[in-house]
Amino acid sequence: MKAIKTIVEDNIDILVVGAGLGGTGAAYEARYWGRNKKIVIAEKANINRSGAVAQGLYAINCYMGTRFGENNPEDHVRYARIDLMGMVREDLLFDMARHVDSAVHKFEEWGLPLMKDPKRENAEGLAKGAYMREGKWQIMIHGESYKPIVAEAATKQADKVYNRIMVTHLLMDDAQDNRVAGCVGFNVRTGNYHVFKSKTTIVGAGGASNIFKPRSVGEGAGRVWYAPWSSGSAYGLMIEAGAQMTQMENRIVLARFKDGYGPVGAYFLHLHTYTQNGYGEEYESKWFPQLEEMVGKRYLDVAASHVSARPIPTCLRTSAIISEMNAGRGPIHMVTMEAFQDPHLEEVGWENFLGMTVGQAVLWAATDIDPKYINPELTTSEPYVMGSHATGCGAWCSGPEDLSPEEYFWGYNRMTSVEGLFGAGDAVGGTPHAFSSGSFTEGRLAAKAACKYIDDGKGEGIVVSDKQIADRKEQIFRPLETYRVGRNEITAGTVSPSYILPMPGLQRLQKIMDEYCGGVTVSYMTNDKLLNMGMQKMSIMEEDLEKLGAEDIHQLMRAWELKHRHRTSECVFQHTFFRKETRWPGYYYRGDAMKLDDENWHVLTVSHRDRDTGEYTMSKAPCYHLVNDE
Amino acid sequence: MPTFVYMTRCDGCGHCVDICPSDIMHIDEKYRRAYNIEPNMCWECYSCVKACPHQAIDVRGYADFAPLGHSVRTIRDEEKGTIAWRVKFRDGRVKNFLSPITTQPWGTKIPDFRDEAEPSDEMRNSELLSFEPKYIRMDDGGLHTLESNKLSLKLGAQYHESH
Repeated sequence: MKAIKTIVEDNIDILVVGAGLGGTGAAYEARYWGRNKKIVIAEKANINRSGAVAQGLYAINCYMGTRFGENNPEDHVRYARIDLMGMVREDLLFDMARHVDSAVHKFEEWGLPLMKDPKRENAEGLAKGAYMREGKWQIMIHGESYKPIVAEAATKQADKVYNRIMVTHLLMDDAQDNRVAGCVGFNVRTGNYHVFKSKTTIVGAGGASNIFKPRSVGEGAGRVWYAPWSSGSAYGLMIEAGAQMTQMENRIVLARFKDGYGPVGAYFLHLHTYTQNGYGEEYESKWFPQLEEMVGKRYLDVAASHVSARPIPTCLRTSAIISEMNAGRGPIHMVTMEAFQDPHLEEVGWENFLGMTVGQAVLWAATDIDPKYINPELTTSEPYVMGSHATGCGAWCSGPEDLSPEEYFWGYNRMTSVEGLFGAGDAVGGTPHAFSSGSFTEGRLAAKAACKYIDDGKGEGIVVSDKQIADRKEQIFRPLETYRVGRNEITAGTVSPSYILPMPGLQRLQKIMDEYCGGVTVSYMTNDKLLNMGMQKMSIMEEDLEKLGAEDIHQLMRAWELKHRHRTSECVFQHTFFRKETRWPGYYYRGDAMKLDDENWHVLTVSHRDRDTGEYTMSKAPCYHLVNDE
Repeated sequence: MPTFVYMTRCDGCGHCVDICPSDIMHIDEKYRRAYNIEPNMCWECYSCVKACPHQAIDVRGYADFAPLGHSVRTIRDEEKGTIAWRVKFRDGRVKNFLSPITTQPWGTKIPDFRDEAEPSDEMRNSELLSFEPKYIRMDDGGLHTLESNKLSLKLGAQYHESH
């Protein structure tokens, strides 16, 4: 192998790690407030097609429409609260919701085609020109080029965009404890070592697919719901840096079209399709009394939901599918045959997939499923750990000064518990239902706060020792050396007594998570004993991760993705063990505590992993709710 | 689903290598043409298919659940601002779709902030983001706050149901 060059980018003010929707929002906004600041992006792929929106989107799922008199920010907070069984950061949610429309209006100006409601396009009064609603919060778009459009906004404002950099670690200040100093990683094409020294770092990296064993096997393992390149790096990087995390037990299980993971939002909300069991029966309502018994009327009130816009929480609807399947009355079907008789709705149904989940269209073509004549199958997915859909995993971040109670505020909006380290999108905990537009908005909020942090002089005097840079370099490239040495021991093949390769390593992680932490094969069930055993296996696996081998630079990227996924999973175990209740039936069940327990657990869970010892400390943080003043 | 590359169409230009979000489109060293090195990390996002100037890349459904004999082809045209799709079923039926991808000429509508006036200190010390409050409601209204919306943050499970 050729010699590894070290490339240092110094004197950065705002470093954006991961430029999906959160990171692009950060780079864009940072220039507005920091005209002379040095803004640099480090992205694992190519910013024009990276992150969860690489493929495109057919809807923006978070748009208030206050301009058209549709919703206020507090309405969205209540919706997210109910959907997440109470466990959200309402200051962060309100803050995101009050700003999100200004991002969407800019997207439209930049060229993103937002569909207009023909009924309201030429109407008089407040709602004139309103966008086509898919549901109360969602607007429909032709979003094939959503990512290239927002990437252009970020690229224009940044000083430099480094594509193809796998960021492996955050750098820490050697002068002041608990302050970030940038990041390190390597170029997945050249193999060069990259060092980014910065006063502030905004983590816009992604949540985690592929940490629980997926339903698909072999070739199909890439057809996961969240992108396979979402390697939990948001969490892997921040946990390793000692940032406190919140709600990491709150993984999500999704009801999706089987095998292709085609989204169901437009189908339920816009096409008004509905589900039934394998025998053509409505099944959902019969599981609600039992669920109401588990979670209490505070969280599931079917009668109230029928007469108001109050949603039935996503997890409980998922739970009804799981129960019906386990009762032997699968498969669950989406009834599309009625809606698809309308040619317009049929077109919407197909374009919905072509715009964001092409694989579902490929699968229906391959299996001759035309939903006009056949009702396709639904199933529940393996769990995912992320923070911008109907789930709120992520870092414990400060809220804005004008909204947050003292427990939620430490100076700078979206700053983690590490000084100078900010988050956006999946990286921020307690903020579900941000989706693409909300993640972009969080990036903007973090960037403005980071500029203020620098202007306040908080980023002065950072020292990064040569030793820290050299130690990380040795650590990052070690899998190449481990492989080179170990490979000489064996004749050929992938089996070695001295190393494991990234893919078998990933499969071990997925098996542990699946069997001990509530995956698909155990019907999402776990308990204290299983979690304890799983955590032991995780710590032994960590020893083996020191012996990861990588044949080339591409495998080295997979090796570090695996380490990020492992660190994320370890944290998920810790949180799942800590919360001794079943807060979200349908996402997972604690067999030893099958009820929701508001008396002890109406709190947010917060973890801290000690940078030096690797020990976790768990704590409870208060959960505030927005209330109308009387 | 996993991509593959037609030998007779690929000229090894590397557009797919440049764009693939999963870093799995590589150039084969012997044939100097692109191929998918890791099908089980392919999301069938079609980024490479759309980027290929020769329509050399196609997709064949995952072997573990998709039978052979189908195709989903696309042409993305930045100049026209459209994307066209052709879905061909296993039994030969065909469906065609056409959608816009942008309403503006590429690269023209996003200003460089470095050319614009600096925000005031009052703006900096406020909770406003760029182009706010104007872009929130496209009118002269202000930013929502707890005070303006008559709200408080309170502790206690009983407030879960509050409206």
